Amino acid sequence: MRYLPLTPDDRAQMLATIGASNIDELFCDVPQAARLSGPVDLPYVQGELEVERKLAGLARRNRTAGEGPFFCGAGAYRHQVPASVDHLIQRSEFLTSYTPYQPEIAQGTLQVLFEFQTQVARLTGMDVANASLYDGSTAAAEGVMMASRVTRRTRAVLSPGLHPHYADTIRTMAEAAGLTVEALPLAIDAEAQVLDAIDADTACVVVQTPNLFGTATDVTRIGEAARAAGALMIVVTTEAVSFGLLKSPGAMGADIVAAEGQSIGNGLNYGGPYVGLFAVREKHLRQAPGRLCGETVDADGRRGFVLTLSTREQHIRRDKATSNICTNSGLCALAFSIHMSLLGETGLRQLAALNHAKARALKAALSQVKGVEVLTPRFFNEIAVRLPVAAAPVVETLAANGVLAGVPVSRLAPNAGLDDVLLLAATETTPDSDIAFLSRALSKVLA
Amino acid sequence: MSMLSTGRPTRPEQVITRPATLTGAEGLLQHEPLIFELGGWDKTGVDLPPVPADFAEDDLGDLLRVEPIGLPGLSEPETVRHYVRLSQQNHAIDLALYPLGSCTMKHNPRLNEKMARLPGFADIHPLQPVSTVQGALQLIDELAHWLKTLTGLPAVAMTPKAGAHGELCGILAITAAHRAKGDTARDTVLVPTSAHGTNPATAAFVGYKVQEIAQTADGRVDLADLEAKLGPHVAAIMVTNPNTCGLFEREVREIARLTHAAGAFFYCDGANFNAIVGRVRPGDLGVDAMHINLHKTFSTPHGGGGPGAGPVVLSAALAPFAPVPYVTHGPDGFDLCEADAQAFGRMCAFNGQMGMFVRAYAYMLSHGADGLRQAAEDAVLNANYIKARLSKVMSPAFPDGPCMHEALFDDHWLEDTGVTTLDFAKAMIDEGFHPMTMYFPLVVHGAMLIEPTETESKAELDRFCDMVEALAGAVRAGDVDRFKGAPFHAPRRRLDETQAARKPRLKWTEPAPQAIAAE
Repeated sequence: MRYLPLTPDDRAQMLATIGASNIDELFCDVPQAARLSGPVDLPYVQGELEVERKLAGLARRNRTAGEGPFFCGAGAYRHQVPASVDHLIQRSEFLTSYTPYQPEIAQGTLQVLFEFQTQVARLTGMDVANASLYDGSTAAAEGVMMASRVTRRTRAVLSPGLHPHYADTIRTMAEAAGLTVEALPLAIDAEAQVLDAIDADTACVVVQTPNLFGTATDVTRIGEAARAAGALMIVVTTEAVSFGLLKSPGAMGADIVAAEGQSIGNGLNYGGPYVGLFAVREKHLRQAPGRLCGETVDADGRRGFVLTLSTREQHIRRDKATSNICTNSGLCALAFSIHMSLLGETGLRQLAALNHAKARALKAALSQVKGVEVLTPRFFNEIAVRLPVAAAPVVETLAANGVLAGVPVSRLAPNAGLDDVLLLAATETTPDSDIAFLSRALSKVLA
Repeated sequence: MSMLSTGRPTRPEQVITRPATLTGAEGLLQHEPLIFELGGWDKTGVDLPPVPADFAEDDLGDLLRVEPIGLPGLSEPETVRHYVRLSQQNHAIDLALYPLGSCTMKHNPRLNEKMARLPGFADIHPLQPVSTVQGALQLIDELAHWLKTLTGLPAVAMTPKAGAHGELCGILAITAAHRAKGDTARDTVLVPTSAHGTNPATAAFVGYKVQEIAQTADGRVDLADLEAKLGPHVAAIMVTNPNTCGLFEREVREIARLTHAAGAFFYCDGANFNAIVGRVRPGDLGVDAMHINLHKTFSTPHGGGGPGAGPVVLSAALAPFAPVPYVTHGPDGFDLCEADAQAFGRMCAFNGQMGMFVRAYAYMLSHGADGLRQAAEDAVLNANYIKARLSKVMSPAFPDGPCMHEALFDDHWLEDTGVTTLDFAKAMIDEGFHPMTMYFPLVVHGAMLIEPTETESKAELDRFCDMVEALAGAVRAGDVDRFKGAPFHAPRRRLDETQAARKPRLKWTEPAPQAIAAE
């Protein structure tokens, strides 16, 4: 077995050193009835060639986004990731190290986290960011739990534009913890409806911009009203490139930002691993979940970095911790940070402008298709359209014709009464010719 | 003096003591500023097409971001250097033994990286029509089959994103199962004192009271204490097996029997599954739910702290409450169930850690049933070999009987030497090794938990043991400064964690103008 270095001779020598006559003696504490006498009923060892053949066969049964016109978004976006990003994250010292428990020999990872936290704080316009959470949806759920700790209240209001998977993730975690979650019915441009739902028990309102339908909203007034009522505003963003064009959540008064960082540095990967961005106001820092990296000095006075404020965390505080999270999304955060360093502000702004331009071109093209109504008033790189028929079968038909035409809302919310609404995203990776192809194909299907 | 015929010396002329360098660099090891100090405020390392000439953002009005964001950019060569230089300040499993107990730092096969990057896995969208991702769903289904077969449990929830997330999933399934029976009085979860911090944190996070179970002198769950604390108020016990002392819970089946008799469920923390994979099925031990850290047992890279993946296997009693989405077998092939009235909910957006699934499956296929069993045996053999060798110089916490995949020592042998567990660990850094897990589990004073894993050769184990023996010799010789000041040879000396916590500096800020003037 190519990954196991011990030879039969090694094993015999080592057993002799231990004073055991065979390997079974080392498993003597296992109850006799639970000891398997031989390997379980699964295939035996295989060489690289066979494994590669098997997995390549499975991979071929998937239609990749790069194969043809592609317009899927709704929380995961296809962007061009520079080749150097993937090369650098495969450096042994990044890929095969662990959480920096010994900071003296983990300064590489720690400095990256410090830079990442700074980048995320600046992108979101917030005071501080943590070293990442699993993904945007779990970050949103952690945000709600944190708001409850800060306000000592137990009710969360979710806006009509919040991604249904995010709403479900929040509901699962928060309701189990005894919170009440009120999710407002899906609507395309109605984030402000959360205002009417705020009461004296409300810990937070969760608003998303750009929202599920692509609608960008200035949530400043929502934040003001929430705070006036003693609640926090959590701003969710699923498309991190939008930070390069749109007013930051911090500038609009967010108390907590929970965002999906996949768009920067990370591929689609069928939904994971992704990277949750989590940023807060400094005054609420001690209620924040997850790892935090901080600057300090070493015994020689040289600048260095350590994990800090760990008295919030499970390994110290156990049942009094702010969260149970241990592992975060380190390597995806590294990819995010490298891509962000390559882009810089100049590159990010241009990338964001390109995305918006592509979505405008998409909107213009689809507006010309008979029977299609564009619903999203203001958007970044994603729009919702109403079709004259149910969207899901149309998407299936187009897929059979080589076009991945976006995400039907019914896929995310089967009972929302929005079966005829289709979500489409365009990014810098979308050629104009694909937009034209989509319009023609859609016209044909709807005709 | 030796020299070539051209007069070039081939041997140093004399021994000269080491002067400090003029720049602070140490040969290959460069000291690297932060990206914010490299000055690339107008620079970019990407070449993007121009924004169309007719582009105007007027449609966004007040929503436009006009203030500077404050993000530096670097050209590609500068970026590559920055991160390569930083990487060289990290220890890694590719460099040497990384014996962090409870973390299972084993070799990460590069085939798995290659497979995860096939466009058929890496470039597919989580919400594409299921008809276009049949291979992905088949992979998840086959991986699930392996996990169920290896654990002897009938179901598995694939979406949890790490071990602690898996714990949450298991506890939520348990809560749902109690509720389905109309049993809402159970408000307590029992956790041994030796448990990972995530166990009590998880239970408390969703509102359970946490009560600790005592430990016996031989490092196992105290059955009498367990029995006394079980009752109609207990929803579950969370027990790690093999436990965090590196020991197999001999009475695990009795633990399960007592727990079930009290109407509670047995959650097993599967962090240490690597010790028994292929030799013992948790289902045969009476376990109802167990998360499997794919980044431990199945070798997906730890990545400096994630991403992980934590699928949870479930017993028949808990299976109906598994979260959505999950893969099903439909008339036209594989399908995804996104809504299920019995499911307790959803752990996250989308389908779990697909990138980790591909790696873990490649690892499993490579080993096969026979190779996985051998891996567990070698992991246990390696740990016992370390325990046997180092028990001569250190004090094993539980000297009697074998350990499983990790060897636990306490600091009894350091008493009155002036050297602490922390000092000893820092001195190991100078000798070229990552220290073991320190001060965990909490039930052992000054704990040192050493987990070598099966991917270490005997030669590397001997190198490690020789090093520890040499350091132990230095302790006995009273060479205390070597420990108190350590590390001397790492990229940094000991870091001031108190200062970091007292005045947290969690991001870079522009230096004040007077500071610039003073430079």
